[in-house]
Amino acid sequence: MPLLQFQQRTYDCAPGETVLDCLTREGATVPSSCRSGVCQTCLMRAVDGAAPPASAQNGLKPTLRAQGYFLACMCRPQEAMEITLAGEDVAPRTPAVVVAKERLNGDILRLTLRCFQPFEYQAGQFAHLSRADGLSRSYSLAGLPRPDGVIEFHIRRLPGGAMSAWIHESLRVGDIIDVAGSYGNCFYLPDAPTQGMLLIGTGSGLAPLWGIVSDALKQGHTGPIRLYHGSWKPEGLYLVDALRHLAAEHSNFTYVPCVDNDATADHREGRADLLAHADLPDLKGWRVYLCGHPDMVKSARKRAFLAGASMQEIYADPFVLSAPPAPAAKVA
Amino acid sequence: MSLYDSLGGEAAVNAAVDIFYRKVLADESISHFFDDVDMERQAAKQKAFLTYAFGGPNHYTGQAMRAAHAPLVAQGLNESHFNAVAGHLQATLQELSVPQPLIDQVMAIAGSTHDDVLNL
Repeated sequence: MPLLQFQQRTYDCAPGETVLDCLTREGATVPSSCRSGVCQTCLMRAVDGAAPPASAQNGLKPTLRAQGYFLACMCRPQEAMEITLAGEDVAPRTPAVVVAKERLNGDILRLTLRCFQPFEYQAGQFAHLSRADGLSRSYSLAGLPRPDGVIEFHIRRLPGGAMSAWIHESLRVGDIIDVAGSYGNCFYLPDAPTQGMLLIGTGSGLAPLWGIVSDALKQGHTGPIRLYHGSWKPEGLYLVDALRHLAAEHSNFTYVPCVDNDATADHREGRADLLAHADLPDLKGWRVYLCGHPDMVKSARKRAFLAGASMQEIYADPFVLSAPPAPAAKVA
Repeated sequence: MSLYDSLGGEAAVNAAVDIFYRKVLADESISHFFDDVDMERQAAKQKAFLTYAFGGPNHYTGQAMRAAHAPLVAQGLNESHFNAVAGHLQATLQELSVPQPLIDQVMAIAGSTHDDVLNL
């Protein structure tokens, strides 16, 4: 009978038994509701051993399927699996040395680290950075993965932010910091190379989106790729030249920098999400990526859905703050 | 053939859920009930509800429906909201050109949840 490794215990699955029934029978707590493969409450992930059968992944987003997520109520394992609850899968920490800190604009710096072995991730995912005393925060990996272990983050200085203050002010080139990952479901999949891709980001939300755009172009995506990056002030934009250069090289890529209340020849005036909606009122058949301020992500997601994008095609990565920011801070 | 199979099974549910959920979210008389709920989780619940209404596989009980909607009843969920959602379900099926006799069967199943949903 297939053995299941779950939360440091081994479970023996009876023939034809589902993962949910097996774990529950043996007294484990696994959240569930409809028990019919629809509501996704029992979402789990296979982290080692056999991949989950496709029938147990029905209805899951392609990026979740690619990472081994499955529905426990529908999974009848044929071989041994090591499994976790969704959200409880923890990657081991690996040390990395700070290679560079450079200003990208007034608020955001580029933090470049070198890990001691290649750090694997899908462009668009994030990692946890941890200090020696245990302080830990999530940051999106910027750009494409590299074979030399070098990884990049765009860290915005958050007023009152513990980790961002330390990274901006105290962390030095040559220091060691721990990295764990990669996590997240916001990444490029080559399953629909002619599909339209709309990407909307605010502030340092550009980091993962730049990676997803680069990944799409590298994998030969031919459909239109439209990137809207917004800030409430012109100085909040960054990577402008690099993105204009990329747009000049790829006729299917359009870069639209947006500033809320500022009209000059260099950028569009208005909020990135509203400008995108005005330019693309019909998103049927499009894939949408949203990164950055949680309020923008939440409202843009609803707007995209009502504009015709399928729920399965909307990938949201809100940058939720760990603690409330200091008052009188304007969040880009 | 069962109602669920006559409607087209899971493919029919998938076709219906985005249309149905869009109508619900665009209706200002009921969209506020969904403000705090994560959209994807809610879409999954809508899919589970449609599966149930289409006569498909599910393990819903009246008690579960009652408990799930009790917090909304406390927020003021009433007959008019129930009717609004039912109207959107009917409109969705009509948009998908489902034959009227099958629509009637789906609406009967949906209607049977009335007392549990409204905690009556």
